[in-house]
Amino acid sequence: MSTSTTPPTSREDDRPATTRGQHGDSHRAATPGGDGASRTRRRLVEPVAGLVLLVVLAVLPLLNLSIPGVLPGATYTPGTLQLLALCLLFASLALTYHVLFGITGLLSFGHALYLAVGAYGLGIVLERTGLGLLPAMVVTLVLGIAVATLLGAVSLRVSGISFAMVTLAFAQAGSVLIRRNPSITGGEESLPLTTDHVPAALVGVIHTRNLYWVALALLVLVLVLVTWFERSRAGHVAAATRENELRVRVLGMRPYPVQLLAFVVGAGLAVVVGMVYLLLNSGVTPRVASADFTLTILVVVVLGGLGSRWGAVVGGIVYTLLDHRLTALASSDTVEQLPALLRVPLSEPLFLLGTLFVLVVLFVPGGLVGLGTRLADGVRGRRGSTADGAA
Amino acid sequence: MSTLVLLLVTGVGLGALYFLVASGLSLIYGLMGVLNFAHGSFLTLGAYAGWEVSRRMSDGSWLSLVLSLVVGAAVGALVAIATELLLIRRLYERHVEQVLVTVGLALATVALFDGIWGTDAVYVSGPAWLDETSGVLGAQIPHDRFLLIGVAVAVLLGIVAFLRFTRFGLVIRAGVENRSMVTALGIDVRMAFTVVFAIGGAAAGIGGVLASQYFGYVSPQLGASLLIFAFIVTVIGGLGSLLGAAIASLAVAVLQQLANFYASGTGDLVVVLLLAAVLLVRPSGLMGARA
Amino acid sequence: MSTRPVLVVRGLTARIAGQQVLEDVSLEVPARGVTALLGRNGVGKTSTLKALMGLIERSGTIELDGEPVDRLATHKVVQRGVGYVPEDREVFGSLTVAENLRLAERSGGRGGRHGVSPERRELVGDLFPDIIDRSSQRAGTLSGGQQQMVALARALLNENRLLLVDEPTKGLSPRLVGEVTDALEKAAQVVPVLLVEQNLTVARRLAGDAVVLDGGRVVHAGPAADLLDDESRVVALLGVGGEPGQSQSQHQSQHQSQDQSQDQSQHQSQQHDTAEATS
Ligand SMILES: Nc1ncnc2c1ncn2[C@@H]1O[C@H](COP(=O)(O)OP(=O)(O)O)[C@@H](O)[C@H]1O
Ligand SMILES: [Mg+2]
Repeated sequence: MSTSTTPPTSREDDRPATTRGQHGDSHRAATPGGDGASRTRRRLVEPVAGLVLLVVLAVLPLLNLSIPGVLPGATYTPGTLQLLALCLLFASLALTYHVLFGITGLLSFGHALYLAVGAYGLGIVLERTGLGLLPAMVVTLVLGIAVATLLGAVSLRVSGISFAMVTLAFAQAGSVLIRRNPSITGGEESLPLTTDHVPAALVGVIHTRNLYWVALALLVLVLVLVTWFERSRAGHVAAATRENELRVRVLGMRPYPVQLLAFVVGAGLAVVVGMVYLLLNSGVTPRVASADFTLTILVVVVLGGLGSRWGAVVGGIVYTLLDHRLTALASSDTVEQLPALLRVPLSEPLFLLGTLFVLVVLFVPGGLVGLGTRLADGVRGRRGSTADGAA
Repeated sequence: MSTLVLLLVTGVGLGALYFLVASGLSLIYGLMGVLNFAHGSFLTLGAYAGWEVSRRMSDGSWLSLVLSLVVGAAVGALVAIATELLLIRRLYERHVEQVLVTVGLALATVALFDGIWGTDAVYVSGPAWLDETSGVLGAQIPHDRFLLIGVAVAVLLGIVAFLRFTRFGLVIRAGVENRSMVTALGIDVRMAFTVVFAIGGAAAGIGGVLASQYFGYVSPQLGASLLIFAFIVTVIGGLGSLLGAAIASLAVAVLQQLANFYASGTGDLVVVLLLAAVLLVRPSGLMGARA
Repeated sequence: MSTRPVLVVRGLTARIAGQQVLEDVSLEVPARGVTALLGRNGVGKTSTLKALMGLIERSGTIELDGEPVDRLATHKVVQRGVGYVPEDREVFGSLTVAENLRLAERSGGRGGRHGVSPERRELVGDLFPDIIDRSSQRAGTLSGGQQQMVALARALLNENRLLLVDEPTKGLSPRLVGEVTDALEKAAQVVPVLLVEQNLTVARRLAGDAVVLDGGRVVHAGPAADLLDDESRVVALLGVGGEPGQSQSQHQSQHQSQDQSQDQSQHQSQQHDTAEATS
């Protein structure tokens, strides 16, 4: 169709959807005057709440808190700290995937590859070169970004479902490479962390506390960078391509460079997460490169609430805890004694998670965060809608 | 020479397996725009169902094999129909959610298979003839290759005939091209959705039984490992094109065999490189109409 | 009975990809003859037909012969007796002509248990002998005019209460415009037609009534002749100048250049792509 047949669309609708306010905000925009006030308030609430949360998380290893049923022990014990650090890592990983899927709408099935590149890359560099930890990390990051740029450039030649399949194929190739080269990667076994050049404070069970803090710092770093990307001009264009790629083309912008940028940013951050993963676990197994692991990241992001940063964080934490608890449940005596019809499904954590995931997609479109927002809005609504206007 | 013949025939046999998975994927995608991640589970379930049949007959007869294939196809089709009716249909036209639901289903079902049949592979045996070989152009070809090729060709012809000579087939072909116009002719295209899921599930179920004969075992991961190659095949062949899927299945599997033998086990990597090359040259795939 | 309109539309709004394309369309289609739906490019004529068909998200009331159809899925609307001939034809290019027609045959409903009646088959054969001769040819290889005839034949095969026809002469040569117009004229003797038409000569020849859209709203409705004979109103409402005859040739050349610059089948697939991408 010639473009001359299309009259100019109204300005209002040309704005990328994200600038109209996030998620729950949109319906409140109908209240005159309420929109600006509530948005300013939200702008303030988010950093303040975030800061409080950060302080709480930071002092956790110094406290003796127990949450029976959720955590395996008191918060200062290494086992619990290891689990909590894993929670934070998963939250970071989910955030990196949020850049691709949540912001840009790129349904990648190969994101785990970059976690694997980070973990294996750092492991191999530390083992084979005399580099110290930081230089080794830089080398790995550069390597990872190169891989991401190359594979991203090729995969983004197709879009939608084809893109999903192609990224899956590349990740699979990575997985094959890892498994088929045991002399370099350890093959099916794990690649242990070579600790010669790693600072002693980051090695060993007694220093789990430090690794926890590293994981926390990483989460903050990733959160800040992702937020920055999301609010940048590139982030807005990326969001616009997700909403309506066709319209972005009509407006004369090329989606490809922005999509590639988002791909490389997400993948690069995942490489960093992978490096910390290696440190935290003192090694890495080929499971992190498997298709299942990528799907797990997808599950996490959707579970938490697709399109929302906090959704990714919440999803990562809840998933890790749930996975841990369900694994414990699976091997518990209570389940052992059940009849087969109940025992078989209950002893498979992935079955329960997969089913939960299906239910969330079907019935809870906004994920956990969406659910929370709706509940909170419901409460606020009952307290009277004048509150917003008066603020 | 004889090695080459063996590799080629084996490649074609493997290609037959890929095609059995890819044909359903491609039809489902072509008509509905749905990428079905649970397709591998249809295959695995078909394989286990076939194994349960042959285990009960435990005679390694042809009857037992035929019955396994029939039961595998039926189980695959039924599960596929249930998937379409209970999960996919609720999310009509929401393609991302549809993919996510099938991802969840794939995770859950593989875990369930783990729980029911155990994580270890169960071993499958068939008629003794399948383990024997025949000389073809100087190569000793195991007979199971012929079974794979024969059944896949039969399935291909069956699907083609169905598409060509039935009203459902007509609706499916038209729907792949322009779904909304099909509804604008007064046709409830959702019926066709269920039908393609059934066909795809049946083909996958048959593929499962054959794969278990070929590899000699069934494991919960069987479907997932074949699914990835089926994805590659559908993208290379062109999403939505049955013929493209058939050609790409052969090309991918033969290439994989050759590379595995002549380039020291690099088959899987070569296939991914082929995928990248095809995307660079022809993003819509060999026979794909739309980019 | 002939006095009751076959179609009554009140307050129809519609969206495409979240964007409002119809603001408030209210119109009536009499139970006989052709009603022209006119307006400049992009005012929402095609969207109106698609909204009536349920092909795009819509709200408002739509009554067909007094029965509400605004909540029905597209295929149900069609089964109530609405034939649709879309803009750019949308024939199935990979199917043969015969298959295109077979697909359109409806069983049940007003068509009776046996699908298409012999009279209808005869009507289609009389109107479009050309395409019947080519029934085993793939529709994608037909010329634009022949594809248009397939599209019309698909709608005429069934006994409908109403036909919705969208720019059937778009991109056709003058000779073919004449043929298509003749066919529509004959069709209109057996079924009322709501016709979107940019070629005002054709509209003037066929239409008894005219409805004019602008910005997703109805801005004029009345006898077609009154409107089309009044040059100043034609200019004001439709944005075309001069005699209807002149405006026709103007449109003609515009359409033709479009036709020549683009291969038909390619055009078709692009249309489809766009629809896919936005759905
Ligand atoms: N796929 C689409 N996506 C977004 N807007 C569209 C789409 N199709 C049509 N529109 C818009 O809808 C309006 C009405 O279009 P249409 O009904 O095709 O007009 P007409 O048929 O009168 O030329 C136009 O402004 C057009 O830009
Ligand atoms: Mg139009």
